[in-house]
Amino acid sequence: MTDEIRKIIQEHGRLPSDIGALPASADLYQAGMTSHASVNVMLALEDHFDVEFPDRMLTRSVFESIASIEAALTELRAEATLR
Amino acid sequence: MSIAVDRDQTFLDTIARIAEEVAAPNAGEVDRDARFPAETIQALRDERALSAFVPAELGGGGVGLETIAAACFQLGRRCGASAMVFAMHQIEVISIARHLEDAGWFEDYLRAVAAEQRLIASVTSEIGTGGDMSRSVAALTPGSDGLLGFEKQAPTVSYGQYADDLFVTLRRGPDAEPSDQVVALARKEQITLEQTGTWDPLGMRGTCSPGYVVRAEILPEQVLPTPFPRVSAESMVPVSHILWSHLWLGIATDAFDRARAFVRAAAKRNPGEPPPVAVRLSHLMSDLSLLRAEVGSGLDEFVAASAEPGRERLSTMAMALRFNNLKIAASEQAPRVCQGALGVCGIVGFKNDTPFSVGRHLRDTMSACLMVANERIHQTNASLLLIAKDV
Repeated sequence: MTDEIRKIIQEHGRLPSDIGALPASADLYQAGMTSHASVNVMLALEDHFDVEFPDRMLTRSVFESIASIEAALTELRAEATLR
Repeated sequence: MSIAVDRDQTFLDTIARIAEEVAAPNAGEVDRDARFPAETIQALRDERALSAFVPAELGGGGVGLETIAAACFQLGRRCGASAMVFAMHQIEVISIARHLEDAGWFEDYLRAVAAEQRLIASVTSEIGTGGDMSRSVAALTPGSDGLLGFEKQAPTVSYGQYADDLFVTLRRGPDAEPSDQVVALARKEQITLEQTGTWDPLGMRGTCSPGYVVRAEILPEQVLPTPFPRVSAESMVPVSHILWSHLWLGIATDAFDRARAFVRAAAKRNPGEPPPVAVRLSHLMSDLSLLRAEVGSGLDEFVAASAEPGRERLSTMAMALRFNNLKIAASEQAPRVCQGALGVCGIVGFKNDTPFSVGRHLRDTMSACLMVANERIHQTNASLLLIAKDV
């Protein structure tokens, strides 16, 4: 899943630096992702993983790193499996 | 009555007195001469109002946000510029106090605000960012003796010349991205201000807000440890919109009161049938009620979300949209009410020297849609609406 997330951030996050060089825990906003670009990342993630982020997850902290995005997606998928 | 309610009410009584006895009689001159409302700010200092929100254990008044908002409303009814200076100072105090996180320098700083009644101005807007507060050009730059320097080109700094200290947004360092922002608090003796423009605006003239190049050298501990984006989302933006909208409501309420006084005077001259203009006043009251409801509910929702553990809901897009819409709605509705009051009063409202004059009210509230431009906020909202769910 990490590689897919990286690819989506690469395409939609408009980072000035190469995503490949960023560790999973790196702060994407500090790396230059704007609020506007982060919305595009969220839309692309929803589309790619066929999920919908609920409002409680639509916060800066959820999308601030590859690791936090992965944790959120894992949680959403677990919920979907339970249902 | 609990001690807290008692304390907040006493504070509000004091503010109402200052508004009536000091702000009101000077409002005309402050507006005409575009001069700082020095006597009102001094009266607020004398009553320790500048540290009203500072926690009691740090020597402040310890009053709640609802009370600060009510104070902005009271001052707004008598002098919009005085209310705006008070509101902007409180926004900086509140933004610091809600994000102390054991930052020792800032605790000491709030003690100094209380002891010395220091006035804080903000330097958040910047040339080259297109009005986007979530980006900075100026950066903290390591200098000599372990100090951090910066130079920021600010298009407006309200009451910058009269402030003791400046609350400045900056990039974290020379290599940081524009969105990697921190807040620094620079003290007067560390700052040089080079004025870059004049100040002869349409309204809010007493805020004295020309442009400046702001230069300072500060200690590393004068940078708030909490990153600015978090301070902004959880406190600065919503609190700004709440306090501004309260003072705009105050200005609009006084315009309505003047229109009502005009209609009453007309009714007394011709007892019997209500004057035709009384119907216009009724329409105006509907407009004012809408404004009052939006301003009140915005405050209530913020207070409720702030009371939740971790304040996490405040960081959601739904809440960002909520408080952005408070700003847009209030900034559009307040001048509408003032213009309606002008329609009721007619020529005596248009003239600047009658008891029914509402020109200052109209001009002051016309600044509302510009301070953080509504179109910029709409752009942000448009983006958030693509992804937010329950709004």
